[in-house]
Amino acid sequence: MKSRREFIKTTATGALLLGSSAAADKLGFAVMLDNQHAASSKSRVVVARDTDLHGQDGQLDEKRVLALLDRAIATYTGHDKPVEAWKRIVPMDKVIGLKVNGLGGKGISTHAALVMAVCERLQQAGVKAGNILVWDRNARDLQACGLTVSTDPNRIRVYGSDVAGFETEPAAFGLAVNVKLAKILTRECDMVLNLPILKDHEMAGVTFAMKNMYGVVQHPNELHAAGCNPGVADLNCIPVVRHKVRFTIGDAMTSVYDGGPGFHPERLWQPSALIVGEDRVALDQTAWQMIERKRAEVGMPTLEGAGRPPRYIATAADAAHGLGVNDPKHIHLLEV
Amino acid sequence: MFRSKILRLATVAVVMAAAVTFIGCKKHQADPFPASGAIADWQKTSDTRTFAAKDLWQYIDGDAEQYVSAGVVSTSTSDYKFQNQLEATVDVHTMGDAAGARKIMETGTSDAKPVQLGDAGVQYAQSVIFRKGPYLVRIVAYESTPGTPQALLALAHGVEAKL
Repeated sequence: MKSRREFIKTTATGALLLGSSAAADKLGFAVMLDNQHAASSKSRVVVARDTDLHGQDGQLDEKRVLALLDRAIATYTGHDKPVEAWKRIVPMDKVIGLKVNGLGGKGISTHAALVMAVCERLQQAGVKAGNILVWDRNARDLQACGLTVSTDPNRIRVYGSDVAGFETEPAAFGLAVNVKLAKILTRECDMVLNLPILKDHEMAGVTFAMKNMYGVVQHPNELHAAGCNPGVADLNCIPVVRHKVRFTIGDAMTSVYDGGPGFHPERLWQPSALIVGEDRVALDQTAWQMIERKRAEVGMPTLEGAGRPPRYIATAADAAHGLGVNDPKHIHLLEV
Repeated sequence: MFRSKILRLATVAVVMAAAVTFIGCKKHQADPFPASGAIADWQKTSDTRTFAAKDLWQYIDGDAEQYVSAGVVSTSTSDYKFQNQLEATVDVHTMGDAAGARKIMETGTSDAKPVQLGDAGVQYAQSVIFRKGPYLVRIVAYESTPGTPQALLALAHGVEAKL
């Protein structure tokens, strides 16, 4: 783990490679972040925490969520001014999707407070409200996140694949054959910010950045074999998933360390953190270790011991998939 | 004459068979969800949704497989509210037999407090789980207050009485 000063120095060097921010805007999002990567051989992951995030009643303090998001993004980009930082992450004139996760139902879904905070900063950075599309599988999942469905093109749009539908032609990579992708991903969004929630998973071991993509296919249950391995890795290799879903702002404010992915209040825990980065494999590796630490703390067996290690993470890092790195030596982790 | 007698007998047989099937189905599909007000201070706040085993992933994707492997036939779910504040969800899993319900219930509940419900029941601060014959019931509250355990237990007894 590096110090914040050292970390920001590295990211600032990456930013300098870009020249002016106007030039960066012309290059587009992918180039902006890939150039930053060129400055460091390691994948960067920021874990930002606020132990006072939840009030005494257990509810999230929305102002603190916004402040935590700002801290995470500032640390990641090296820009202390939130609006400037967001301009480094998203193109202003494109449709930006926010893929949330409401599968676990009320109580263990991406928090609306985080969605609102991201939307606020995106708009301040210059993204039009109508160009922001918050989505998941269906209205019920979105409602579980505390969101209200809206298709008004002049406002932030919130709807699921139950409204927009799926492609009729299947996409494929490896095992993930015959998956019909959400039209919201394929046709409506130019870029997707991934907003998963950290959870234990009965089959996959852990669900976070990569597993959240199960919500972009029509029949995710068909990818569950063998602990979702290589299903998760294969799905993330489908070009439109790989290229459009480029940045993750992971919700680890509340989590379940066992019994997931559904809501099991007896296994609930509050890491009070956001996990941010581009490398989906490094993010999942980091998230997995957080769950393992919690399980050890309460005397539970490791996920390997429980018979469900998240093997898909190593698969995603292998040469055939090349989605990122899972070796901690190659992950540049900064906890702030 | 003889022909019409046979026809009449056949009609009676078909009607009786249909009645038996109907009664059988009705028994199998008994509504286990207490209506609003049936349990003091509890309101039923959603329609009941039912998922056949093959569609269970639509409701609990990722969790569904353990129920399917234990022989789930269908799962019904409904939302409730206590004193217009505390929200809860009741899931009733109809398993193929009592062994299936036992198998699910024995998974990960060893640290729970046993309670008198159905064939066996346990309780945590925000949830109650019990089984009765082929039924496995899980009731979860979304908030922890001092009154939550008692309120959940009352609702659980209401569900149990309808199974």
